[in-house]
Amino acid sequence: MTKDEFGPNPWHQTNWDFRAAFNFMFGSAGAGLLVAAALSGAAGNALRAEMLLGMALIGAGLVSVWFEIGRPLRALNVGFNPFTSWMTRESFAAGLVFVLGLAAAWLGSQPLALAAALAALAFAYCQGRILQAAKGIPAWRVPALIWLIFATALAEGAGLYVAVTVLAGRSAGIAMSYLAIALIARAIVWSMYRNGVAKTAVRAAKAKLEGAGKVLIQFGTIAPLALMLIGWLAPNFARVLLPLAGLAALATGWQFKFVLITRAAYNQGFALPHLPVRGTR
Amino acid sequence: MTRWAMVADLRRCVGCQTCTASCRQTNATPPGVQWRRVLDMEVGEYPNVKRSFVPVGCMHCEDPPCMHVCPSTATKKRPDGIVTIDYDLCIGCSYCAVACPYQARYKTDLASFAYGKATASEEQGFDPKRLAVATKCTFCVDRIDAGLAKGLKPGIDPEATPACVNSCITQTLSFGDFDDPDSNISQLLAENQTFRMHEELGTGPGFYYIWDKKETV
Repeated sequence: MTKDEFGPNPWHQTNWDFRAAFNFMFGSAGAGLLVAAALSGAAGNALRAEMLLGMALIGAGLVSVWFEIGRPLRALNVGFNPFTSWMTRESFAAGLVFVLGLAAAWLGSQPLALAAALAALAFAYCQGRILQAAKGIPAWRVPALIWLIFATALAEGAGLYVAVTVLAGRSAGIAMSYLAIALIARAIVWSMYRNGVAKTAVRAAKAKLEGAGKVLIQFGTIAPLALMLIGWLAPNFARVLLPLAGLAALATGWQFKFVLITRAAYNQGFALPHLPVRGTR
Repeated sequence: MTRWAMVADLRRCVGCQTCTASCRQTNATPPGVQWRRVLDMEVGEYPNVKRSFVPVGCMHCEDPPCMHVCPSTATKKRPDGIVTIDYDLCIGCSYCAVACPYQARYKTDLASFAYGKATASEEQGFDPKRLAVATKCTFCVDRIDAGLAKGLKPGIDPEATPACVNSCITQTLSFGDFDDPDSNISQLLAENQTFRMHEELGTGPGFYYIWDKKETV
């Protein structure tokens, strides 16, 4: 609502709660992990474990949202509208991730893991589009949100990959550079999103997003980058610092999406561009 | 072609909520569910305060975001512009509810009645198909279709006209064919200055608000 319009203040949507938020939190972290695992060139049991963990996260997100829908026994109807619905497309991408991911884990195949990673990228992109297509929520319909959801999926997955790999006693190797790039990309896209949301969302939503954004930058970008740098300079501490950096990247992404869906999702409200002219003019 | 649309003359509405009551009675909506609502807006500061009553509900958009996002194809738009929900297909994901910029959609998970136990009239109107799925204003599509089948004219003949329009005590609400230049609403739109809610979002609402007469030169 602009200053020249009249109407009640928007209020927070009540349709999607933490169960929907979990789908975006777990789903994108799982998708990001599949991408990181495939790109890192992991093989054997390490590849299997990472693929299974990534799919388990995506599955947990989908189960969570399944608990939210009103008619869970009709869940398969979600696949009826691939022509325009990004939710349908997300479900197709998830199906593809499971087929390719399970095959990759079963056979320990890197090419199949790469194919599953491509499907996971599509899944993460669909999640961004799902939110952006929700025209009724000004904080979601900002186009940059698509890429913020996508970038945070990559950053969360890379963070989780680094944490799991180092905790398992293996070297994170090239994944550290990948995590650093993903974190910087996420920070850049956050800044683009922040500019976009400043023009559309109401003050209350902006305040909540600002808070979540600060955490994303301070604890989710600067802190993990610093931890990785220290870990690189002082390898003796790397076993502690790198998992911390990875988990910080993951946790801050999750908190941002939780706030985005359950705290900053104010609706459009109503606005009159003109008041009725009654009696004398 | 026919494009059913509604017009609300904001100069006339007195906020009596008769349309709301009539809609609830006709469509047997449960407590808290108002497919037709009338907002009470107060703007300005004393002593320069203005008050407006604004009927809202599903705008039966030309390009409905609810239909595009619906993963089950439960939400559809008929050729005459009425946006419908197939209760047998809907999974109750509420994606349409967050996509609608007009807060027009409701989902009730459990049966509820005004006085706890269903009254005779509530029992008669209760439809279990509507539980845990999205619901909204239908423009009383059953009345329109039944009326048309009898050769009646929606917006003119009460039997073929949405209940809220029939009940309006000040003739704030009008219903008719937007594509017919001689229809009641086309004439109202030609004579008055109007706007549509959140027009900038590009949804093309089928609900017009009159706020002033047109200047005559």
